[in-house]
Amino acid sequence: MSGLFSAVWSHLSILPVLLPAFTGMALLLLGDAPSGHGQARLKWARRLSLSSAALGLWIAVSLMGEASTGALQVYRLGEWPAPFGIVLVVDRLSALMLVLTQLVALPVLWYASGGWDAHGRYFHAIFHFQLMGLCGAFVTGDIFNLFVFFEILLIASYVLMVHGQGKGRFQAGVHYVVLNLLASALFLIGVSLLYAVTGTLNLADLALRVTQLSGMEAVMARSAALILLVVFGFKAALLPLSLWLPGTYAAATAPVAALFAIMTKVGVYAILRVHGVIFGDTAGEVARVAEPWLLPLAMGTSVLGALGALASRTLPRLVAWLTVASVGTILAALGLFTPAAWSAAFYYLVHSTLVVAGLFLLVELVAAQRGDVAEALAPASPVAQPVLLGLMLLLAAASVAGLPPLPGFLGKVMLLKAAWSTPMQSWVWTVVLGVGFLSLLALARAGSLLFWNVRPDLPAASSGASPRLVIPTLILCLMGVVMSIFAAPLQRYTDATATQLLDRQGYARAVLGVDPATGEVPVSVRPYRMPEPAAQTNPSREAQP
Amino acid sequence: MTVSLEFLVASGVGWVTACGIYLMLRGRTFPVVLGLSLLGYAVNVFIFAMGRLWWNAPALVGQERMADPLPQALVLTAIVIGFATTGFIVEMALRSRHESGTDHVDGASASGEERA
Repeated sequence: MSGLFSAVWSHLSILPVLLPAFTGMALLLLGDAPSGHGQARLKWARRLSLSSAALGLWIAVSLMGEASTGALQVYRLGEWPAPFGIVLVVDRLSALMLVLTQLVALPVLWYASGGWDAHGRYFHAIFHFQLMGLCGAFVTGDIFNLFVFFEILLIASYVLMVHGQGKGRFQAGVHYVVLNLLASALFLIGVSLLYAVTGTLNLADLALRVTQLSGMEAVMARSAALILLVVFGFKAALLPLSLWLPGTYAAATAPVAALFAIMTKVGVYAILRVHGVIFGDTAGEVARVAEPWLLPLAMGTSVLGALGALASRTLPRLVAWLTVASVGTILAALGLFTPAAWSAAFYYLVHSTLVVAGLFLLVELVAAQRGDVAEALAPASPVAQPVLLGLMLLLAAASVAGLPPLPGFLGKVMLLKAAWSTPMQSWVWTVVLGVGFLSLLALARAGSLLFWNVRPDLPAASSGASPRLVIPTLILCLMGVVMSIFAAPLQRYTDATATQLLDRQGYARAVLGVDPATGEVPVSVRPYRMPEPAAQTNPSREAQP
Repeated sequence: MTVSLEFLVASGVGWVTACGIYLMLRGRTFPVVLGLSLLGYAVNVFIFAMGRLWWNAPALVGQERMADPLPQALVLTAIVIGFATTGFIVEMALRSRHESGTDHVDGASASGEERA
């Protein structure tokens, strides 16, 4: 028994990918009755799906426990040595993102089991495939593999997006799919350009080899990096590419939109890995390629998100615009390129994902109690549970807007402190504080309209939400409170995460291994060199390491 | 005058990409899907070319001269994924046409519209 346990433990790094994959397949095999309510199969699907998500959370927390010691867990698939084989790497950042994914997924699944999962087919199976793509993207140590996991999570998200069906969802869905396919094409162009100049796809190896680039090769690498910034910026909803998000998220069903709260963070994560670490400070001629673009665009995204929130006429659109605003704040912190700002970004990222997911669920609970007006921001009959829902909205809104003592406030204070005495200080302070104020205004307007500007002459539309829907929403909202209670250990973790990311040599040693003779990372040689006239007459491949 | 292989491949990729983008900017779902497919083909050839263009060189070991096998493997993955996503968008476009009664991407009504 202990042998089995240790065998599982040694493969722990790949379990966040395998568990949802096998759960998804099992759920497909289990089948799905077309008209699901109360059927035995649906019950079993829910049990299987929820227990798998709980197990996934446990695995993620175990990985975080391992990672918090500072050790990098490198998993070589098929024992092929890096950089030739595919590696999975779990460092502090990956572990944090895994835990966050599972923390969002479990309550959202629970909420969806309250009825939404019966509005279409194979909800649970697709949900787990989406989790597989998300977890895979967070653990992979190979940029092409990142593309593959992006595609897995996107294909699952295309299906989840139209879950529940209807004209509006299909129309928004077509836009979403076409735009994402275009982004995938750009992703491939960027990745293959990067391969053409460096001859590797391994993230650790890339970080070493981009430092050697010069001349024309550096120009090619810059364009590859900026193409990738477009792709990841599209996923993260960076300014000129953020207009798809509100319509899409508002059209999706509430639990799906809540899960999608983590999808923008995949873009943020990829920007950090590629533009923060590979094209970071030490990258020689291509150092900080994204710097002139990232910070201004991120601050613009924040402002656009806040203005969009003010202009929203429905509740889901309001929350979707707040998602855009929060992504802008996170990316602005990344754009400062200092460890302290990155630490603030991680703290704020965790908080904003949880609270936005909670808000997506909460606004649906509120809308369900408002009769025909539903999610539109217009006076309606009073909701059945004004105290409960009102307090939850107050908690979430105060946190999103950044009021003390909630974590939104702590994250913003960390960011403002990190921006202190940088050249961009006045811009960052103005934008972060201004956006906080505008978000507060938008939420206060929505809250007073929902709970105070009511029309008591209308009959009550609902007798109240079922506890099966309220409890998961409450859990997501309360996680914010937990985050501010445990702010000190969390900040220690995020500080260590930022420091670990900047230690490119340590990452390379762990992934690529150390030459026993010299005690250093073996220097690998790029297979092609561009300005080499001899190669045209007698093309011969240089020796691989 | 001889035209180099590199020039032919590069201009071919450029031409197909241009056609793909033109089609993607159309208003109906069918040209958009065609545009996406064309763009996918262009990207596949582009990846292949990023392993450099080798002539008369095998992709596996044993020779002094050999082509880079990795982009060829990447192209296979990209083709498979592209095929699946194209199949999905076709089905999605059909469903959208069925639900909204028009094949315009923004759902504009069929009457009085003159977009291609």
